Amino acid sequence: MALNSPRVPQGTPPPADARPDYIRIKDYNFWYSEKKALDAISLDIPERQVTAFIGPSGCGKSTLLRNINRMNDLVDGIRHEGDITVAGRSIYDPSVEVISLRRRVGMVFQKSNPFPKSIYENVVYSLRIAGVSDRDILDETCETSLRRAALWDEAKDRLQDSALGLSGGQMQRLCIARAIANQPEILLMDEPCSALDPIATGKIEELIHQLKTQFTIVIVTHSMQQAARVSDRTAFFYLGKLIEADLTETIFMKPSQAQTEAYISGRFG
Amino acid sequence: MKDPVPNLPDAKPPAGEPLVWFTSVGLVLGLTMVLLLVGVIVINGAKAFWPAEISQAELSDGRVLLGPLAQDRIKPGTPPAENRREFQFQIGLREFNGQSFTWVDVAAVKGLTLPDSAMALERMENGAAFLIPTGLRLADGTVLPATDAAFAPRLQTIIAAVAAQRATLMEVERVRIGRINAKLQDAKISLRKAEDLKQPTEELQTEIAQLEEGYQLLATEARTLRDTFPVDTLVGVDGGGRALEFPSASLVRAWQPNAMSWWERLGLAFSRAWDFVSTEPREANTEGGVLPALFGTFVMTVFMSAMVTPFGVIAAIYLHEYARKGVTLRAVRICVNNLAGVPSIVFGVFGLGFFVYVLGGNIDQLFFSDQLKYNNNTPVFGTGGLMWASMTLALMTLPVVIVATEEALSAVPRGMREASLACGASKWQTIREILLPASAPGVLTGVILAMARGAGEVAPLMIVGVVKLAPTLPLDGDFPFLHADRKFMHLGFHIYDLGFQSPDSDAARPMVFASTLLLLMLVIFLNLGAITIRNYLRERYKSSAF
Repeated sequence: MALNSPRVPQGTPPPADARPDYIRIKDYNFWYSEKKALDAISLDIPERQVTAFIGPSGCGKSTLLRNINRMNDLVDGIRHEGDITVAGRSIYDPSVEVISLRRRVGMVFQKSNPFPKSIYENVVYSLRIAGVSDRDILDETCETSLRRAALWDEAKDRLQDSALGLSGGQMQRLCIARAIANQPEILLMDEPCSALDPIATGKIEELIHQLKTQFTIVIVTHSMQQAARVSDRTAFFYLGKLIEADLTETIFMKPSQAQTEAYISGRFG
Repeated sequence: MKDPVPNLPDAKPPAGEPLVWFTSVGLVLGLTMVLLLVGVIVINGAKAFWPAEISQAELSDGRVLLGPLAQDRIKPGTPPAENRREFQFQIGLREFNGQSFTWVDVAAVKGLTLPDSAMALERMENGAAFLIPTGLRLADGTVLPATDAAFAPRLQTIIAAVAAQRATLMEVERVRIGRINAKLQDAKISLRKAEDLKQPTEELQTEIAQLEEGYQLLATEARTLRDTFPVDTLVGVDGGGRALEFPSASLVRAWQPNAMSWWERLGLAFSRAWDFVSTEPREANTEGGVLPALFGTFVMTVFMSAMVTPFGVIAAIYLHEYARKGVTLRAVRICVNNLAGVPSIVFGVFGLGFFVYVLGGNIDQLFFSDQLKYNNNTPVFGTGGLMWASMTLALMTLPVVIVATEEALSAVPRGMREASLACGASKWQTIREILLPASAPGVLTGVILAMARGAGEVAPLMIVGVVKLAPTLPLDGDFPFLHADRKFMHLGFHIYDLGFQSPDSDAARPMVFASTLLLLMLVIFLNLGAITIRNYLRERYKSSAF
């Protein structure tokens, strides 16, 4: 038996109208200069479900995540082969602007990175840069986003205070609120809890559960317990290759690959 | 039981300790030099205003000198055994003595006293004067003796009245007559143009006639003012007993330092220091104040900062954010850094050649062609001036701002940049909303360095607009208020001019130190302003602690 630690919840089945291949990664190879980081990845990510990427450090899971919203474009000397499609359209389609892609694919980072602005301005940042200046819309978005991120009760009296006065967990939830403020379809989370204590982690995991009714969530995590707790599907990466991807329950209870079993039972990694 | 852990040798001091001392030596050396320099400047600068005691020295050859002891030294070139000390006295009265300082062997001084009644005068012409006053000859011919209790207050009242009248005269001559002259000049240019183009000139001629009339009126007023100065005369004797007369119109200030208390002297020193920063220079800059130079330096530095900051920031943004990384970028960056090492006079020559002749010349051709054609080819912008000087210095300090801005941009946490882009911001929006505010304190550090360098620069300014004497300020009440085309005065050049170009360098020495002190204080003041803004920005945009 591969699993002796986490309690594996029953992953919720996808909604009836959800597309199973909402994000489709096909024969995807990726290089940082001469170093090959991703090797022939093919993976379908279903709509409105939580998909976890697990694997040891340097296995390429973060790289793949950051390619879904083309965040790696910032890095010099990158190169790719193959394709990633979101809702049927290639993200590399010349008619798709990177900016509009990123509007549809929000991202939460490992290190919480609030702007040195007020809490309010942090949340509505994406609307502001999209040119929204209607006070009512901004106020409403701020409230709904903070409520969804479970930060409203703590922050509603100090919206104009600097975001840097929040605690670490609050800052990370603020970053989630900021990422969902402009209604993306997909939310990418790159180890969102790695710098947080267990209570803050619990809050964010709960949040992920609620958010998946509306967003397609892809989460990179180092904690297998977390993957087991929050995700419906899990993909295991090793040395730039996708070893196995399946329902979380299957991966943790009956992995088909020996490497997967070894990793999740803690024998290497 | 035996202790399983072997005894460790006694703790030695950490191995790096001597190096800490070594590094501190560097700081101590630097600080000592700076403190010495500042100390010399402050002490000598303060001396310029301090009312020194007036000594009366009787010499063995029968001469009697009256004046403050300025220096006490061993005669250069004499062996120490001979012990030939000599004194330097400031004897003033340049019109009689030929020079205002004289050296005397100490051995030749028979007696040194400090007469209570000795008086020092600051005069409109011929520098300082020292005398034993005998009285005040009033307008009606009666003489108020110096021993009378009313003498000193009466003298001060008269001097104040003279100063007030002088100010009125200045207002008439400088401001009102100056304004009419400017209009007259414009009208004459228009007239010449009209004549040239065979247009009717009657209207212009009437205008000129009217202006001339106004000028005559003001000139009469000025003449009247000049003729009605109080006619009281201060009379006295110098050390040797020569009778002296000082018409009150020639006096600026009079004081009797030997009879003054320490606090009175301090008050007088402050009053003289205030005059120094608030009045115009006289007597080839060796007397009077430095207001035009102070103001010129200030306006030029502010102008320069206002120009170098946007250019530097824009250039740095391109270099850091947009330029493709590679050999070319590295080469450009090295070139920019090396620009900071180009001798400033080279920038001055470039400013003269490009800004003044090319840009200024073309501006004159385009917008002031009438001026050129009908006013003896007198250039407006085609000659050195405030604007070109500021731009030359802005160019010179550009590398500093570029380097500082690039550093500041690099220091913005990568996470903030990514967060903004992940929110769907374009690169430019990220720069505007996130990077620039976060790097503003760093940019200001660059501006502070640029200001400090620019304010103290002299060499390039001499050829792009700074002059020895320009009493009209570049900022006044006449449209367009800021006259960027005017030549101006600058404290740095003032120091050079006083110290090295002045005919009476001994008399100018205190002014050199005082000007230097003032320049230092101006730079500190400007920097404090920038530092205040920087701290405010830092507080406002401080980045996340983790």
